[in-house]
Amino acid sequence: MLESMFEIFHYGFIVRGLEAGLLIGAVAPLIGIFLVLRRYSLIADTLSHVSLAGVAIGLLTGINPLFTALGASLISSVAIERLRTSKKIYGESALSIFLSGSLALAVMLIGLAHGFTVDLFSYLFGSIVTVRQTDIYLIIILGIIVAILLMIFYKEMIYISFDEEAARVSGIRVNLFNTLFIMLAAAAIAIAIPIIGILLISALLVLPVVTALQFKKGFIRTLVWAEVISLISVLAGIIISFYLNVSSGAVIVLVMLAIFGMILTVKNFLKI
Amino acid sequence: MSVEKNKNIIEVEDLSFSYGSTLVLKNVSFAIREGEYLGVIGPNGSGKTTLLKVILGLFKPTAGTVKLFGQPLESFRDWSKIGYVPQKAINFDPLFPATVYEVASMGRFGKKNFFRGLNQNDHKIIRQALNQVEMLDHKDRLIGDLSGGQQQRVFIARALAGEPRVIFLDEPTVGVDVKTQEQFYELLRWFNQDLGLTLVLVSHDVDVIANEVTELICMNQTLVFHGTTKEFIHGDYLDNLYGKNTRFISHRH
Repeated sequence: MLESMFEIFHYGFIVRGLEAGLLIGAVAPLIGIFLVLRRYSLIADTLSHVSLAGVAIGLLTGINPLFTALGASLISSVAIERLRTSKKIYGESALSIFLSGSLALAVMLIGLAHGFTVDLFSYLFGSIVTVRQTDIYLIIILGIIVAILLMIFYKEMIYISFDEEAARVSGIRVNLFNTLFIMLAAAAIAIAIPIIGILLISALLVLPVVTALQFKKGFIRTLVWAEVISLISVLAGIIISFYLNVSSGAVIVLVMLAIFGMILTVKNFLKI
Repeated sequence: MSVEKNKNIIEVEDLSFSYGSTLVLKNVSFAIREGEYLGVIGPNGSGKTTLLKVILGLFKPTAGTVKLFGQPLESFRDWSKIGYVPQKAINFDPLFPATVYEVASMGRFGKKNFFRGLNQNDHKIIRQALNQVEMLDHKDRLIGDLSGGQQQRVFIARALAGEPRVIFLDEPTVGVDVKTQEQFYELLRWFNQDLGLTLVLVSHDVDVIANEVTELICMNQTLVFHGTTKEFIHGDYLDNLYGKNTRFISHRH
């Protein structure tokens, strides 16, 4: 029994998938908590669709699609922030322009690259089977950079999220941090693509945080809860997806939803 | 803290500001001395909040200059000298997951450079600030679970935690009941008289703050009055601003 339980770890791709998945699961709430608190959840969706255009460029040119996705989402993140702060158009409008624009571009490029393949399917919904060794290196390096930077700047980020004006008056360079943050979000989204899939990334960023917020704790404790929920979901999701032979991203998101539903139900039941 | 009374710490000269083509401030000049307790009053839309935001560097002036502690606003970097308590009703999300202690801690963040976290000394100052506003016992509660008056005290503690020389308060008592307001003004009086903090209080509540502050600025796009509270009460500025027969009601007991 025990042996068959550990059998799963004999597969190289499963170990790779778990490494990458857990790292992404740890980084996601660090980004997600600020996206949720600043009402920027739509940014995650937008940047992931931009990444799809990046993936399409990769499939067309033969460059590793993860690199092109990263490039596309980083460049667009800066453009979105510029457009948003210029106040020439509404913030959400800037996001929808990028979202639908990049989706249109992606569909056209995919058409040129001879249509929808299995490969594309795994980018859309996540699959640990197709994660390559170079992807893992990129995920680990970028994941660690994003996590370290966010831990260093969390002071400034929490102040800006809570009260942007007072943060500005206290001398914090709000515009600089906003740009830095959206770039980190772009990087995190790009590296989450192989495991979670483009269409499910925003759930990974948002759901654990929204669930943790139900506990009504302070910032640090909310973040710790979000980390716990995220890591459990990723771990359970990858293992279940292996046995059911289905997309890892879909199972991870369903596990997250189940935890969210459970906590809401318990909360309702206890009337807290 | 050494307070050099009568030294100008804020100087505003010939300041104008417009939103698009709407002129909000016109040729405003005045100075604030260290240790002053200054009230900024004026009718709605008179530009008093805008004036505050220009001084704090949140809005760029259309013309004129602002100097903070002798430095022009554009090159001023020592923001830890300045505390700011914004109009809370607008900015504040009651569901935000932050404890009282976490909110007060934010007041120290501006003093730290990028790579340094809060140390023992910072935590001592944060606790002291919470203690001064009598909120230390509530330090682990969520900010959203407090009453309006308590929240306002926490925002004051956040400003105090930065160890500022001057605190700007924008309509701090909006949505706070009368009894809590009185305690609040008592606290401010103590900051000014005993701790030597310079206070700048923006309010539309003329009769209340005229009883609290020592100096008054009265705005109505231009600077209508600048002087002591006494001079203001004896002049007929109020009639000009708000119409005849506006009277002060004393709140001091």
